[in-house]
Amino acid sequence: MAERLIEVKGLKVQFATEDGIVRAVDGVDFELDRGEVLGIVGESGSGKSVTAMTLLGLTRDRNTRFEGEVLYKGRNVLAMNEDELQDVRGNEMSMIFQDPMTSLNPVYTVGAQICEAIQVHERADKPTARRRAIDLLKQVGIPNADERVDNYPHEFSGGMRQRAMIAMALACNPDVLIADEPTTALDVTIQAQIIELIDRLKDEFNSAVILITHDLGVVAEIADEILVMYAGRVVERASTRDLFYDPQMPYTWGLLGSIPRLDRPRQERLHSIKGTPPSLIRSPTGCKFRPRCPHAFDKCMQEPALENRVETPGHLDRCWLSVAEKRDLRGRTISGEEEAA
Amino acid sequence: MIAFLIRRLIGAVLVLIAVSFITYLIFIKIPGGDPATRIAGRTATDQNIADIREKLRLNDPFYEQYWAMMKSLFSGSLVSYSSQLNVVDQIKSGIPATFSLCIGAAIIWLFFGILVGVIAAMTAGRWPDTAITILALIGISMPVFWLGIIARYFFAQGHPFAFLPDGGYVPFTDNPWQWFTHLLMPWWVLAILFIGFYGRVLRSNILDTINEDYVRTAKAKGLPQKRVMVKHVLRNSLIPIVTLFGLDFAAVIGGAAILTETVFDLKGVGWYAAQAVQTLDLPPIIGVTIYATFFIVLFSVLVDVAYAYLDPRIRPT
Repeated sequence: MAERLIEVKGLKVQFATEDGIVRAVDGVDFELDRGEVLGIVGESGSGKSVTAMTLLGLTRDRNTRFEGEVLYKGRNVLAMNEDELQDVRGNEMSMIFQDPMTSLNPVYTVGAQICEAIQVHERADKPTARRRAIDLLKQVGIPNADERVDNYPHEFSGGMRQRAMIAMALACNPDVLIADEPTTALDVTIQAQIIELIDRLKDEFNSAVILITHDLGVVAEIADEILVMYAGRVVERASTRDLFYDPQMPYTWGLLGSIPRLDRPRQERLHSIKGTPPSLIRSPTGCKFRPRCPHAFDKCMQEPALENRVETPGHLDRCWLSVAEKRDLRGRTISGEEEAA
Repeated sequence: MIAFLIRRLIGAVLVLIAVSFITYLIFIKIPGGDPATRIAGRTATDQNIADIREKLRLNDPFYEQYWAMMKSLFSGSLVSYSSQLNVVDQIKSGIPATFSLCIGAAIIWLFFGILVGVIAAMTAGRWPDTAITILALIGISMPVFWLGIIARYFFAQGHPFAFLPDGGYVPFTDNPWQWFTHLLMPWWVLAILFIGFYGRVLRSNILDTINEDYVRTAKAKGLPQKRVMVKHVLRNSLIPIVTLFGLDFAAVIGGAAILTETVFDLKGVGWYAAQAVQTLDLPPIIGVTIYATFFIVLFSVLVDVAYAYLDPRIRPT
């Protein structure tokens, strides 16, 4: 069995704001093994980015409270002090962010920014770090890496910047690569390249990947397992295959229905999930998706637990509908025949 | 880069011409500006005045007068209407005092402005930040002439201290210690306004920069807190301060220190300018204006060069 790298148990992240306590992450559990790709999917504000940043301790603040555990190889990241965290960040777990335009410091060369991490974590001297930076840039597919290493970020295109970000993240051979919407800010043609690159480098560097996105199409290609998050909770968790072929949660159906597809008759409009994500300060009682769910009924006033309700073990969801009802209803939602009321 | 500098230099010359010309036009249009009447004195006859007019070539068309004045200014032979002293020599003799004042004050305001701004940003929302905000506001609000007089009263005139000399300037070459003590009060009085201002600007720059994505990237790389703060936050926050400093320093050198020089009786260029304005003496006014414009133009070019060095995005290629 592959080595267990990350184990998140009952993670809650709360921000104290002037308007009240924001429960950004409200009880999330998952595990990640070496070589695995975990997709975390959800709308903006579902808590997926906060979950990811918490893994690296980047959400720490005077106004933030944490509960639960984030175990990296058995050590609790939430209990680490700043020095221990610095050793983990970039070295054992590293992160790629959404917007490559703003995620690189405009006043330093790309090479200098890659070298920085190598010099800090491996106490390497400058020429060694530089050689490594050039190698990394070659590995992520930057042409003329020897010259481009001295370019500034603004001299790179968006896709190249994201490649440079990936090179930076991989600089110290991390065990876990967290990619927070790595393709959202890129052209569609570049998106596929970046996802492929992450998938290939995961094997070359023998690491595990957490891929966060709002686009199920992006994770479909490379994820082994997918968590669907809504209002700070996991509402469905399944292997990628099961999630696409046997989705249990009406929210997941909505996400699936909002992907444009060529294999269906053309519709006037793409399906969208009605309404907006709930307030994380005063979230709805019962099932958090109830106010937007076209299939809600009385029982939904109580929140369902994240449980295994289908034949496949490991496929968990939070929905009171019977499996038969779900299989009957979902086709229409996903194909967009039934506009959600 | 060379082309950029040449372009800027041509622009600078045009600015100098425009500024001197406008100053000249304003002067000949203001009431009471006729120098002949004033030079002739109270008991002058019309003939006296007419003679002086002739001598100063005030009857020539104004563009010829302007041209003659520029020629004599740049050949160093321009003299004041009222004192007959050479304008260029007078400005030159004021430069040591003005430069001593401005450079010293600039070092103080830059150092303390950055210090105060960093402390305020690091403690944002807590009491040191609040205290600095209040002090900065007081510093910005106090007029230099008032602050200068109060400082003299407290520290030079024996209420309760008298350990600093009460105004005046001693050249560095005569006595460095006296030079220092004479300038201590003017330096601080001039610097306090800028310390408050720079502190406020830097504080908000730092707080903006801290929320930048690239700072999060730097943290995610596992860089130590100090390195993130200095190399990523402070480095980027200081870029606008450089612009501000270049322009403020030029303005102060170019005569914005008039009030400080006057309050502390430092016979610098600003003081000379104040005298010239009081007596409506055109040649020194033009001379000082050109001197001031020169420094402002020079420093704005320097700022552009420094900016290109600090921010690679705007480097001319």
